[in-house]
Amino acid sequence: MAHLDIRQLQVGYGDKTILHGINLQVQKGEMIALLGPSGCGKTTLLNAICGFVPTQSGEVHIAGHEITQLPAERRNITMVFQSYALWPHMSVAQNISYGLKVRKIPKAQAHKRVLDLLSIVNLEGFENEKVTNLSGGQRQRVALARALAVEPDVLVLDEPLSNLDAKVRLSVRHELKALQKKLGFTSLIVTHDQEEALVMADRVAVLNQGRIEQLGTPEDIYQQPETPFVADFMGADNCIIYKTSEPNVQLHLPNRSTAQTFALYFRSSATQVQAFSNSKNEAGLTLSGLVEQTAFLGQQYRHTVRSGEQVLQADSRECWPIASQVSLFVPPQALHVFDLATHETSNAFQSNLRG
Amino acid sequence: MSQTMTTQHRGFRSLKARFTLRWSFWAQTAFITLLALALFGPIANLLIWTIAETWYFPHTLPNQWGLKYWQQVFNPYSDVSGSLMTSIIIALCAVVVCLLVSIPAGYALSKHTMPWRVGFMLLFLIPQAFPNLTVYINIARIFYDWGLNGTLLGVVLVHSVHGLMYSVWISVAAFSSIDPMLSRASRNLGAGPIYTFIHVVLPQAAPGLIAASIFVFLESLDEFTGTFFVGAPEVTTLPLLLYTASMEGNYQISSITALILLIPSIGFMLIINKFMRPEMLSKLGK
Repeated sequence: MAHLDIRQLQVGYGDKTILHGINLQVQKGEMIALLGPSGCGKTTLLNAICGFVPTQSGEVHIAGHEITQLPAERRNITMVFQSYALWPHMSVAQNISYGLKVRKIPKAQAHKRVLDLLSIVNLEGFENEKVTNLSGGQRQRVALARALAVEPDVLVLDEPLSNLDAKVRLSVRHELKALQKKLGFTSLIVTHDQEEALVMADRVAVLNQGRIEQLGTPEDIYQQPETPFVADFMGADNCIIYKTSEPNVQLHLPNRSTAQTFALYFRSSATQVQAFSNSKNEAGLTLSGLVEQTAFLGQQYRHTVRSGEQVLQADSRECWPIASQVSLFVPPQALHVFDLATHETSNAFQSNLRG
Repeated sequence: MSQTMTTQHRGFRSLKARFTLRWSFWAQTAFITLLALALFGPIANLLIWTIAETWYFPHTLPNQWGLKYWQQVFNPYSDVSGSLMTSIIIALCAVVVCLLVSIPAGYALSKHTMPWRVGFMLLFLIPQAFPNLTVYINIARIFYDWGLNGTLLGVVLVHSVHGLMYSVWISVAAFSSIDPMLSRASRNLGAGPIYTFIHVVLPQAAPGLIAASIFVFLESLDEFTGTFFVGAPEVTTLPLLLYTASMEGNYQISSITALILLIPSIGFMLIINKFMRPEMLSKLGK
């Protein structure tokens, strides 16, 4: 049985529904990333689990107990806030031991726990420091220690790394993951950074407009996106609508009729730039087009290629000159093919076409 | 030839520059002197009066200097020390009353979900919106019916009504400037709403509340009209004493009293300067 069980959760403010029937089962010791663009409802989901926003319908269970209507203080779910929300009038030790003080744990025992936690988050000797004297990364760790001090049933992290600069973010990301593996806490982490989600989570839930679009292992989400939105969000941002009538597009898919209209999503990194050749009968997608722009990315060059109406991105180690005619080739395993008939209703997809 | 011309020219230019400089220097000096006179002239006059024993009209300076009146004022049986005590007791009570009202009111009004929020905020401004005299005469009439006229309680209530505007508005600003995530974090860790309020919200609002208290204290110390209608003649505060003394032509006593009233004002203003944080001021009235 799942440790944290969310069933048909619906949340909204006034007439506006933000979460539409969320179902999510989190196993004990698992870390799930809630991934989505801003405004998709991921933070609202965390707030609903913590009891900060009222739910309209649905249930939340923790270890077999229903907690849907309990006030925040009786849930034993702690949050690491995006802004850290440390109390500036307290020292590091007072911040961390707050939850223990509330639970009336004896002072000596609480102090020992504070020291333990400080060594876990690599902040030994900082117990009497003022919170306001700490750097962003250090505050982050104090916030984590404070949340872990009370041994919560579930730890939720709301974009915990977004306020850190790029370098610190990478190291904190690894520390956090290592800590989660070592201590085995059950956690939900909200992020809009796909890489962060892939690196840290055991499973990823991609949210869009208040619904879970896809839930799966990082590999599944990355390699087999189930909807155009997930494909696009996970970095397959080249999208073309394939029609048989187009002269400069050729599609050969094994085990699939190519007579219909498809939406094809693929990554620029999986797109090969080749010298222009007229006919190719390899399995996969072949396009011809003109190079419009190139950008040096370090490892390779990114080419902006116009093929008829569509503009595509393709990476190559070679820099093709601007205005040269090239062929773009995408192997079949790198193509995410969506039948337009079944995905037509998806709003994300529509907006994608417009954008 | 051309060289001499340039030298001449330069000489003329520097003379002109010097003249402009000198003119602007004297203009500035005159302006600052006038300003200083306007600001400090009356205070200097007041200071001289506090150490003058006799000072008759045609003389520029007092005929006789001395601290006789200071001794009179600080004589334990004098009116001044008695009314100073009354003033301080009333001011402290007004602070307590205002805090008791404005802590819960300020906290509630800082929540943007509160219905009629703006209406309640304006409610505390209303006593200031009408002419003071009208308001206090009516209060005096009502208090007379309730038997509060001439009592300390009556004066404390009048001063509190006056001080509430400051304390409520400043408290709302103080509570609004607290990051709501701070109390969420506390609830999250198992603390109930009251525990959270005492341990997280109140300490964060404390500087603002202290500033509000100081405002109320100072306003109460200086308040005259309300005290005059509700308290006089039974309750004599320092401003009332000052009024009587100057009406009787006793400028020494009234100057010393004024000086006594000035000291807490200046002292507390310095403290307020420290406690009023810019981010709190930006929340005033929001």
